[in-house]
Amino acid sequence: MKHFSLMIRNLTRRPGRTISLILLTAFLAMSLFCGTVVVSSLRRGLNSMENRLGADIIVVPAEAESKASMKNLLLQGTIGTFYMDASALERVRETEGVGKASAQIFLSSMKADCCSVKVQIIGFDPENDFVVQPWIAESLNHQLGDMEVVVGCRVETEVGNNFRIYDRNCLVVAKLASTGTGLDTAVYCNMNTIHMLLQAAEEKGISHKIDSGNDSEVVSAIYVKVLPGTDPGLVNNRLNGHVRKATAIRTAGMMTEVADSLGGVSRTIAVLIAAVWALSLIILFIVFSMMVNERRRELAVYRLLGMSRKMLSGMILKETALCSLTGALCGTALGAILVFPFTTLIETSLKLPYLTPDAGSVVLYAGIAMIVTVLVGCAAGSRTASRLSRVDPGTTLREGA
Amino acid sequence: MLLRAENISRRYFRKHGEANFFEAVRPVSLTLESGKLTVLNGKSGSGKTTLLNMLAGLLNPSEGKVFLDRTDLYALGDKELSRLRCEKIGVIPQGRSAVDTLSVYENILLPGILYGETPRTEEAENWIAVLGISELRNAMPAELSGGELRRMAIARTLTASPEVILADEPTGDLDSDNTAIVLTAFQQAARAGKTVLVVSHETDAEAYADQIYHMNHGMIEQE
Repeated sequence: MKHFSLMIRNLTRRPGRTISLILLTAFLAMSLFCGTVVVSSLRRGLNSMENRLGADIIVVPAEAESKASMKNLLLQGTIGTFYMDASALERVRETEGVGKASAQIFLSSMKADCCSVKVQIIGFDPENDFVVQPWIAESLNHQLGDMEVVVGCRVETEVGNNFRIYDRNCLVVAKLASTGTGLDTAVYCNMNTIHMLLQAAEEKGISHKIDSGNDSEVVSAIYVKVLPGTDPGLVNNRLNGHVRKATAIRTAGMMTEVADSLGGVSRTIAVLIAAVWALSLIILFIVFSMMVNERRRELAVYRLLGMSRKMLSGMILKETALCSLTGALCGTALGAILVFPFTTLIETSLKLPYLTPDAGSVVLYAGIAMIVTVLVGCAAGSRTASRLSRVDPGTTLREGA
Repeated sequence: MLLRAENISRRYFRKHGEANFFEAVRPVSLTLESGKLTVLNGKSGSGKTTLLNMLAGLLNPSEGKVFLDRTDLYALGDKELSRLRCEKIGVIPQGRSAVDTLSVYENILLPGILYGETPRTEEAENWIAVLGISELRNAMPAELSGGELRRMAIARTLTASPEVILADEPTGDLDSDNTAIVLTAFQQAARAGKTVLVVSHETDAEAYADQIYHMNHGMIEQE
């Protein structure tokens, strides 16, 4: 029965006091850990989206903005099937200031027997593409062949499987790394494949005809990289004037909107964490103040029997540290249970790109949350320890004798 | 061991009332010798407990010094004084003095283990039996009566076997049989060479005393 066991006895035989301390510190750790992970995921999501986008301007059919905005497609994977005449690509390339231009064709699969799952299918031209290809190259070491597809990380299939789209079997040759954006739920193929799939969709009665009636050559979006030193705003204006029935959207504006939303969400989360911490610290302070009165007599006995002030402070601090550490561990674990399985739900609710940090960062955040919580717990406890160690045993034990 | 007080006094500051200071103990000199049971009696509020606390190293005198043999108690730092109190001075205070999170038996062993010594289990068993609290050894303090708690505190001090025993109203909650058992135990401790001081406002202890002091309005006189 040495100091350590005295501490354990003090904690286990006052379960109400101990549990309330553990719960409070758990709450502190959980809020800090969850908040940090969510904010970090949003920042990573934004960075990932910036990296993946790689274009200065996106040209879409004029009706696309109302039909299904590019932002929703990119952020949430909202399926968008809009088309314009493929000649728009040439007109874009002809526009002054345009450095690179690459087209994509969108198609939606169906939630029916003919298709494995309902997803956005994106056809691109590997020869000219500068948006998808560099990203795909990280997971695939050869040129994407006909009837081969690369799937986003959240598409439920594996490499080597056949992926059925409108009764056509495509071979899954790679699965992409997570981006935290709507691109994670898409399927990518080359232009030959997308044309075959468009044909197959037509056979199933799914039309991709454009208003002009020319259904032979269509594109859904054209990604534009302006020439170095050129003002993207100027090029954007030229494109809007030069390409008929199309709208040019600056990705910087899109990213700024997302960044603004992210900033707002981050601030809200920071305020929430601060509020939780302020409330918890007040409660922690009250609990410790109550403890001063509750334990005054008990600690006077320790002093009477020969425990020094330093030993007494040490014992109280160790008790507090053990409670805080237990609380921090439980809070962080609970935070992980809450935040990781519900990544998709959080992403959907926030409507922002969301990319969970890597394991190393998560461990770092967990460590920081635990250390901060234990330090705050000990700081709150040290005041109590200091006050209690100055208890006058003679007077205290005589009071209410 | 010789416990010696040299002109110790204790004043308390008063916020209200006619005088600014209340003198609980006026300058007192007192020598407690080993092998003797000394009784200090007096009415409630006469300053007995304040004097005992100063002798125990628990309350700094306003003036004067307290020596345990040649050691000036209040010249020691808190660490040294606390350790000396644990090893040499056993105090039985008024009122409840149990650690509520420890059982009766753990409370009795507590002084011996504070500085990592081997628990004095044999002595504990002996005093538990002598003081009639064997059946309470695993009980928690909250389950005990005032008299049982008092016997537990006495068993704790006697188990630690310090050189000096300072008991403040040790028989206050006890019946006549237990009072006799406790006072006999203190007398035996004195015979074994311990320095024992029993503070009481009752007369029971006087029959066991080797010397008696009377305290009145903070002043002491030998009877």
